[in-house]
Amino acid sequence: MAKSNKPIFWGLFAAGGTVTAFVTPVLVLLTLFAAMGFSPDLFTYEALRGFAAHWLGKLIILGVIVLSLWHAAHRLRVTVHDFGVRADAVVAYVVYGIAGLGTLMTIVYLLRI
Amino acid sequence: MSEERQIQLEVLRYNPETDSQPRYQTYTVPCVNEWVVLDALNYVKENLDPTLSYRWSCHMAVCGSCGYMINGEPKLGCKAFIHEYGDHIRVEPLANFPIERDLVTVVEDFIAKLASVKPYLIPKEDKPISAGEFRQTPAELKKYKQYTLCINCMLCYAACPQYGLVPEFLGPAAISMAHRYNQDSRDGGRDQRQEVVATDEGVWECSFVGACSEVCPKHVDPAGALQQVKVASTIDWYKEHLMPWVKK
Repeated sequence: MAKSNKPIFWGLFAAGGTVTAFVTPVLVLLTLFAAMGFSPDLFTYEALRGFAAHWLGKLIILGVIVLSLWHAAHRLRVTVHDFGVRADAVVAYVVYGIAGLGTLMTIVYLLRI
Repeated sequence: MSEERQIQLEVLRYNPETDSQPRYQTYTVPCVNEWVVLDALNYVKENLDPTLSYRWSCHMAVCGSCGYMINGEPKLGCKAFIHEYGDHIRVEPLANFPIERDLVTVVEDFIAKLASVKPYLIPKEDKPISAGEFRQTPAELKKYKQYTLCINCMLCYAACPQYGLVPEFLGPAAISMAHRYNQDSRDGGRDQRQEVVATDEGVWECSFVGACSEVCPKHVDPAGALQQVKVASTIDWYKEHLMPWVKK
């Protein structure tokens, strides 16, 4: 039997799961704070733009967005399967396609900053 | 004092020689509350209907023979206490397995899968008996001990929706057993087992539903073992494809 190539997607899924578990709740909370008017200097437009303009900031933003996307894609693929849809190849192309597109867009938009 | 009560024991019956399909038969069984479902089955066999077929042996959750679906849930008959149920208990053969007769299932598929992962120590190098034992520290023992507790009762296979959908799936117990030997400091057979475990029908068919760990009567936590196998197999994959010059 041939060894599986699923580790590619599962690796991104697992890494993305770790990122979304630790980082996403914090981001949601910070966004809520900002939305409620509680925005210290750290969250000002200039500060965040400065963060996104630095190569390290770009790398961190890229990691969070891309890994979350691939995590969500794989999670959705398995969830669709668990709901009884037996079209794994089609579902895989669709969800990974969206994640791939999102990855490209993230790179493009980050490079433009 | 033991309290006696009557239960209706609804048992799936199937005799391939005479029945075209399975049917249910209900027995009225006088039980004491301390009984387990297996005791009720034994009562039926001894007093009401000697034709009832089911597997059992130790009556103490060690042999792994008496797995049935009890009210739709995979359980050991010897661990399912009557007092945890109402007066109507339904007993069926383990789900996801073909029925041989009544509560007896055909288990050859599982046995073949278990054997395919080489569930035995494959020493890294041969050592003459005169060289002494393979010694192990308590920390090394702890790494795999939990996975040695598996009694091959197959409840995890009955609980696993993936195994129900994809019968080729290697399944929770076999992969956990592979993990048990892979984690053993005396073993050097992981590469051989990975040929079976790291395939599409191996660990990668698992979608981490987790039902296996919920029903496991010995708290082996097969789902946890499978996740660890996935992490290790993923690291293998990246090593093999991105760093092919690194020797394993």
